[in-house]
Amino acid sequence: MLNDFLILMKSELVITLIIFILLFIKIGKGMKNENLLPLLQVLLLVNFIAGFFFNKNGHLFGDMFYTNELIVFEKNILNLGVYLISLLCADWLKKTPHLPEFFMLMLSALLGMFFMISSGNLLMFYLALELASIPVAAMANFDLEKKRSSEGAMKMIFSSAFSSGILLFGISLIYGATGTISFAELPGQLDGSAFQILAFAMLIGAFAFKLSIVPFHLWTADVYEGSPIATTSFLSVISKGSIAFVFIAALYIPFQKMFETWYLMLVILAVITMIIGNLFALRQQNIKRFLAFSSIAQVGFILVGMSGYPDGTTAVVYFILIYVFSNLAAFGVASVISEHSGKENIDDYKGLYKTNPFLCWILTLALFSLAGIPPTAGFFGKLFLISSGAAKGAYWFVTVAALNMIISLYYYLRVVRAMFMDKNEQPVEKIKTNSTVKFALILCAAAIVLVGLLSWIYDYIQSLMN
Amino acid sequence: MNLLLLIIIPLLTAVAALLSRNKQQVRWISFAGAVAQLILSIILYCAFTKERAGGNEAEMLFEQNYALFPAWHINFHLGVDGISIAMILLTSFVVVAGVLVSWNIEKMTKEFYFLLILLSLGAYGFFISLDLFVLFFFLEIAVIPKYLLIGIWGSGKKEYSANKLALMLMGGSALVLVGILGLYFSSGHSFDLLSLSKIKIAEDTQRIVFPLLFVGFGVFTAIFPLHTWVPDGHSSAPTAGSMFLAGISMKLGGYGCLRVAAYLMPEAAHQYSNIIIILSSIAILYGAFATMMQKDLKYINAYSSVSHCGFVLLGIGMLTTTAVTGAVMQMVSHGLMTALFFAVIGMIYDRTHTRQVSEMGGLMKVMPFISTVFFIVGLCSLGLPGLSGFVAEMTIFMGSWENASAFHRIATIAACMSIVVTAVYILRAIGQVAMGPIKKNQSQLRDATWNEKLAAIILVAGIIVIGIIPGWLNDLVRPAAEIIMNKIAGK
Repeated sequence: MLNDFLILMKSELVITLIIFILLFIKIGKGMKNENLLPLLQVLLLVNFIAGFFFNKNGHLFGDMFYTNELIVFEKNILNLGVYLISLLCADWLKKTPHLPEFFMLMLSALLGMFFMISSGNLLMFYLALELASIPVAAMANFDLEKKRSSEGAMKMIFSSAFSSGILLFGISLIYGATGTISFAELPGQLDGSAFQILAFAMLIGAFAFKLSIVPFHLWTADVYEGSPIATTSFLSVISKGSIAFVFIAALYIPFQKMFETWYLMLVILAVITMIIGNLFALRQQNIKRFLAFSSIAQVGFILVGMSGYPDGTTAVVYFILIYVFSNLAAFGVASVISEHSGKENIDDYKGLYKTNPFLCWILTLALFSLAGIPPTAGFFGKLFLISSGAAKGAYWFVTVAALNMIISLYYYLRVVRAMFMDKNEQPVEKIKTNSTVKFALILCAAAIVLVGLLSWIYDYIQSLMN
Repeated sequence: MNLLLLIIIPLLTAVAALLSRNKQQVRWISFAGAVAQLILSIILYCAFTKERAGGNEAEMLFEQNYALFPAWHINFHLGVDGISIAMILLTSFVVVAGVLVSWNIEKMTKEFYFLLILLSLGAYGFFISLDLFVLFFFLEIAVIPKYLLIGIWGSGKKEYSANKLALMLMGGSALVLVGILGLYFSSGHSFDLLSLSKIKIAEDTQRIVFPLLFVGFGVFTAIFPLHTWVPDGHSSAPTAGSMFLAGISMKLGGYGCLRVAAYLMPEAAHQYSNIIIILSSIAILYGAFATMMQKDLKYINAYSSVSHCGFVLLGIGMLTTTAVTGAVMQMVSHGLMTALFFAVIGMIYDRTHTRQVSEMGGLMKVMPFISTVFFIVGLCSLGLPGLSGFVAEMTIFMGSWENASAFHRIATIAACMSIVVTAVYILRAIGQVAMGPIKKNQSQLRDATWNEKLAAIILVAGIIVIGIIPGWLNDLVRPAAEIIMNKIAGK
C-alpha cells in the first residue's frame, strides 16, 4: 500500500517536497535570489526528468485518484512548462522581492493541477481546481507596485469564485440527477434527460470560464495585461493546458454517452471562440493583451480538436505540447524586452530586427508556430486538430476553422511586420540576453522546429492512449 | 536516382547559407547549391528518359515511401512522372537565375538567400510529393518566404502587397486543406495520391470538393477573379522575388489543379469544365486588355502573367490530352519567360531607377545586351515561332480545337484574340524602351555584369531550346498527361 502510494503519487510528492524545501529556505536563513533561482531551476529540471521514471498505472483512495501513462505524460508536459518559465522569466524572477513565495504559489497551483488531472471523482476534481486557481490569483498580484496587477488579481479572484460556484452547482445537480459523483459510475447513470443536460451545461460553463472560452472570456485580457509575464505565461500555458487535459478526459470518459449533446455545444463554442478571439486580437496594441486574445483563439482550435471523438485526445495533447513551446517562446521574448526596456506595445517592436535579430527570429518562429505555418510544429498541431474536427463530416465547421487560421495569420504577421519591415527612429536598444534565457529560447525554438518533423512523437502519444 | 536528394540539397544549402560568415560566402554557397540542384535535375531527366526508354511503364518512377504519421495514414511518398520532371527542370533553371540576379543585394544578404532557397525547397518538395498532406506541407512552406521577401526587400507599397499576397495565398491553401480533408474522409482515410486515383469518389463529394481544391490551387495561379494579388505582389517584390513568384510559385497552382483536382475527381472535372473555361477565357482577355493600360514595366508583366496563366487553366479545362500537354508546356514556357522578363526589368530598373515606360528610351544603344534579351523575351511573350511561347500556346489551341462544340470553339477563338492584344502592348513597350532617342540622363548607363549576363543566358537558352526543339518536352509530358486524361475520360 505504501509503495503504491509512493509510486502512484510520485509526481505530486516530488512537487510537495520542493515546496517544503522552499519553505525551509524561507523560514531559515533565507537565500539571495541570485543563488536561489539556479537551485530552483535545477530542482525543477530534476522534477521534470524524474517524471519519466517509475511510472505505474493504478488508482488510490477508492477511485478518487488514478493515474496512467497518458496522465503521467500530461503531467510531464506541465512540469516542462514550469521549468521553462523559471528559465525564461529569470530576469524578472531575480528582481522580485519574494521569489520563494512566488514559486511556492506556482508549485501549489501546479500540484492542484496534477490532482485535477488525476481525479476520478467530481469532488476531488473540485478541490483540486480550487487549489489550482487560488494561488494563481495571488501570483497575478505579484507586481506589487503596479495598480493594474492588483486589478488583475481582483478580477481573477471574482471570476474564479463565480465559476467555482457554477461548478459546485453543476456537481450538485449531477449528484441529484444520477446519485453518483464518481467518474467510473457516471456513465451507467446517464440517460440524457433534460435535467442531466442542464447539470452538464453548468459543468461545461465552469470549464469554459477556466479555459476562457467565449462568452466566458471577459476576465482574460485584463488579468493577462496586469500580471507579471511569469504569471501570464503560467496562466496561458500551464493553466490552460491542464484544464484542457481534464476537460477532454471528463468529456471522453464519464460523459461519453452524452456525445451528441456536448458535440453540438463544443462546435458552437469553438466557432464563436475562434471568431471572437481572432477579431479582438486584430486591434490589440499591448503584446500581453494580444497574446491573451490569440490564446483565446487557440483554445477555440483546441475545442475543434476535442469535438472529434475519439481521435481528439491525441491531437489535443500533441497540440498542447507544441503550444507550450510556442507560447512560452513568445512570452519569453516579450518578457526579455519588457524587462530591459519597459516596453510592451507592438509599436515599440518596430525596427527591432536592426538591434536584436536573435529575439526577432525566435519571436517570429513562435508566432508562425502559433499561426500554424510549416515547417514549424504548430502546423502539424493545428492540422491534426482540424482533421479530428472534420472526422464527423462537418465540413462547414472545418472551413470556418481554416478561414480563422487566415485571420489569425493577419495579426501574427502584424508583429512580424513591425519587427522586420517598419522603420523606427528609436528602436529598442540592443539587449544583452541572459544566458539561461538564451538557452531556454533556443530550446523552445529547436522544439518548435523539431517536434513536428519528428513524427514519432505523435505516435508515442497515440500509443499512450491504449 | 534518389528523390530525397532534391529536398536535401536545398536544405543543406539553406543551413550552410545561415552559417556562413560574410556576404560573399552566402552568395557563392547559394549559387553552388542552385547549380548542384540544376545538375541534379538534368541527371534526373536523363535517368527518367532512360527508364522510360527501357520500357518501365509505371505511372510514377523512383518512388519512395516512408511512414510519417501512421495514425493519420500520412506517408512521406515521393515519385515523379513527366509532368513533375518538367516542373522540376523549370524550377532549377529559375532558381539559378534568381540567385545570380540577386548578387548585389546588400541588405540582410544572408536572410535573403535563406528565404529564396527555402522557397525553392517548398517548390521542389511540392512537385515530387505523392501524398496530399506532404504536398500541402510543401505548398505552405512556399508561401511565407514570399511575404518576407516582398515585405523586407520590396519597393513601393510593399507592406500592403506582402500582406495581400500572404493572406490570399493562405486563403487559397485553407480551401485546399478543407478539400484534402474532404478527400481523406470520403475515401476511407487515405492521403495517398496514387491510391486515391484508384478509388472512385462519390459524385456528391466530388461536386463539393472539386471546387474547393480547384479554386484553392487556382488562387496560386491567378484564377479570375482571385488574381488581384498578382499585380501588387509582383510589382512590389524584389527582382528575384518576382521571378520566383511568377516563375515557380504560380506554377504550383496549375500543377495542383491538374494533379490533385482534375486527376482525382474526373467526373467533377467534366461537370465544372465549362466554368473553368469561361473563367480562364476571361482571365486571358482581361489580363491582356488590362496590360494595355499599364505604364509600369512590372505591372505590364504582372498583368500579362494573369493572361498567360489563364492559358494554363484553359488547357486544363479543355480536357484533351493535347490541351493538357500544352498547359504543362505553357507552365514551363511561361515560367522561364516571365522569370527572364522580371530579371530584365530588374536590371533596367537598377540602372535607370524607373520602371515607367515613358521615362525610358533608346536603351538599345546604351545597353545592347539587356535590350536584346528584352527583345527576345518580348517576342516570346507574344508567341513568335521559334520561341517557347509559340510552342506552348499552339499546343493548347490545337488541343482545344479537338473539342467540337461551339462553346469550346468560341472560347478558343476568344483566347486566340488575346495574342493580338499581347502583340500591341509588347511591341509598344519594347519600342518605347529600346528604340527611339536616348533620354538625357540615360546615356551613361553600363550594360549587364557577368552575373546578370549568365542569368539571362541560362533562361534565354531554355526558351530557345524549347522553341526550336520542342519534341523532347512534348515526349516527356505527353505520356503523363495521357494517363491523367485516360482517367478523366473513364478508360
